[in-house]
Amino acid sequence: MIGLVHYLLVAAMLFVIGLYGVLTKRNIVAILMSIELMLNAVNINLVAFSRFINPELLLGQAFVVFTITVAAAEVAVGLALVFRVYHDHDTVHIDKLNGMRW
Amino acid sequence: MLNQYALHHAWAIPLLPAVAFVVIGFFLRAKHRLAAVVAIAMSTVSFILALGVGYETITQSITVEHPFIERIPWVAISGLSIDMGVYIDPMAAMMLVIVTLVSLMVQLYSIGYMQGEDGFGRFFAYLSLFASAMLGMIIAVNFVQLFVFWELVGLCSYLLIGYYFHKVSAREAAKKAFITTRIGDFGLLLGILFLQILFDTLDFQQLGILVPTYVSQYGTQTLTVVALLIFAGPLAKSGQFPLHVWLPDAMEGPTPVSALIHAATMVVAGVYLVARAFFLFSILPGAMEVVAWVGAITACFAATIAFTQQDLKRILAYSTVSQLGYMMLALGVGSVTASMFHLMTHAFFKALMFLAAGAVIHGLHNKNNIFEMGGLRHKMPVTFAAMTIGVLAISGIPPFAGFFSKDEILLAVSHVSTPLYVIAVVTSFMTAFYMARLLFVVFFGFEKPENHPHEAPISMKIPLIVLSILAIVGGYIPYTYHFGDWVRFGAPSHEELNWGIAATSTLLSITAMMLAWVLYGSRLVSPDRLAARFAALYQMSYHKYYIDELYLWFNHTIIDGIGKVLYWIDIYIVDGIVNGLAKLIYRLGDEFRQLQTGQVQQYGVVLFGTIVLVVAWLVGGAY
Repeated sequence: MIGLVHYLLVAAMLFVIGLYGVLTKRNIVAILMSIELMLNAVNINLVAFSRFINPELLLGQAFVVFTITVAAAEVAVGLALVFRVYHDHDTVHIDKLNGMRW
Repeated sequence: MLNQYALHHAWAIPLLPAVAFVVIGFFLRAKHRLAAVVAIAMSTVSFILALGVGYETITQSITVEHPFIERIPWVAISGLSIDMGVYIDPMAAMMLVIVTLVSLMVQLYSIGYMQGEDGFGRFFAYLSLFASAMLGMIIAVNFVQLFVFWELVGLCSYLLIGYYFHKVSAREAAKKAFITTRIGDFGLLLGILFLQILFDTLDFQQLGILVPTYVSQYGTQTLTVVALLIFAGPLAKSGQFPLHVWLPDAMEGPTPVSALIHAATMVVAGVYLVARAFFLFSILPGAMEVVAWVGAITACFAATIAFTQQDLKRILAYSTVSQLGYMMLALGVGSVTASMFHLMTHAFFKALMFLAAGAVIHGLHNKNNIFEMGGLRHKMPVTFAAMTIGVLAISGIPPFAGFFSKDEILLAVSHVSTPLYVIAVVTSFMTAFYMARLLFVVFFGFEKPENHPHEAPISMKIPLIVLSILAIVGGYIPYTYHFGDWVRFGAPSHEELNWGIAATSTLLSITAMMLAWVLYGSRLVSPDRLAARFAALYQMSYHKYYIDELYLWFNHTIIDGIGKVLYWIDIYIVDGIVNGLAKLIYRLGDEFRQLQTGQVQQYGVVLFGTIVLVVAWLVGGAY
């Protein structure tokens, strides 16, 4: 049957895909989208654990409401920052943003 | 206890000259008359007190076994307690009288000799300081007090030798004296430290009991090393071979200084120390042998150099080194009595001869070479008489003082060792010869036309007369009044003079003086031709066996060489390590900063990789 493991695997795959995006994408907006992907993977994990351990308590689901809210707020701030960066440096290519080097 | 007044006030004996030093040094340096008055007043009071101490030592039966001791605690912390105080036994009483007397005579003499000098006040201040230091050393109760004043005496010697500090030779001589004696002081200090470690006390009275007990339990090896270390101090300060080199150069100082410090008092500090520490030396046969042989070699060696010297004061200086060797030899064969007796008579006749030499130098306006003098007995009769008495005393002609003391020594040596006795007798022959040579060359013969000598003023004549009297009776009187009962270590020596030894040595001395007359008085044989025939020996003697040159070479080549090597090590190795470390840090930093690329995604990789590793380690640890 479809058990906990399957949900966890899906979440893991999503997380890894998101991680790969964060570490390799050149476009800042694409990195932000990958971060969102990682957050959603965590959400799936939380709900899955809640469903299979104590479905009546809805503990995980309640927590996920919070994380979704936080993700939304974080994206708003992140995109605002991307606008700023574009305004100052005229690019969204992350390799060009290495001012904090030696 | 009025009958012990002087003994209870013996601490004032060193204190009064110290007061004189402070007063003159700070206030009276320009006021010559007043400075001299203050110094001589204090010296006189010290002398009277010292006479009182001597008198009370006899009437109150203060002996070697029952000395008079007073102590004040000076340092008292847990683990270390040192006192300062007064220790009077017959030997100390005798030294107090001698030092105060000769010091007073020299100060009187200096009024005339140093008149007109700019540094007149400074001279009297230093003389007073020296007297104070020497007297403080004599009454020391423990090694610490002795060492403190020992060093102070060395300082005064430096100050007084370098009195004519405008002259380079005087400055160099002062440095040489201080540095050479410092080498000895290093050994002395080490010895003292060892004694403190071994016995936890440095008090003479206590050590006198503890040391023999230690030796009977543990044997003599450790203590012989300690004793030899301690002996290093007297070796340097009393001008024993091989650290005698500073004494002849010390003649750069004014003649009163030579008379006081380098004849009668400071140089005998070493002999006094060995006598004071005799409880340690007398039970260590190895140490005693070293002391005796060093003394004998010094005596003979210095006499051979004095043969050829031409500077009046240098002849007397080498003669002092030689006589100090005699004193050490006497100690080394076990006779404190003979050594102290000779110390006393030597103080009288050597100070006498130095003051007479000063009169000659002063009268001829600072000439030093004896071959530029001649026939002075006509114009300087008192000086001539004084010098003659001194020469007769040192040559051991009866009934002058030196006869008794020298024969005591020869007697003591003959009981112990024949080779040492032979060396001592040969040395006494040489002593008579070169002293007679001095007398004949300076006072006999023809006057040089360029010399206009004048006799010494009254202030210089009185000390000469006083010391002459002492040089005449200063042997006979102690001998008849049982000097050996009072100043001794161990059983009193009631020995009568061995007439065999006495007669032999007197005959030898007379022969030597006749030989000197043949060469230098009547000029029957030419000394120059003799010198040419034995050219190698003459050169060795005249150039003091090139020992000064040897030491200079040693310093320049070996000591400076080691210095250069160590300097190289310091610059390249030590500094290299320190600077290298700094450079290493710099380069490491240089490499590590290149991790900061500014690339965010690289930081992300590192971050996530570390998290994975940490989680793996934590999870793996659970298994």
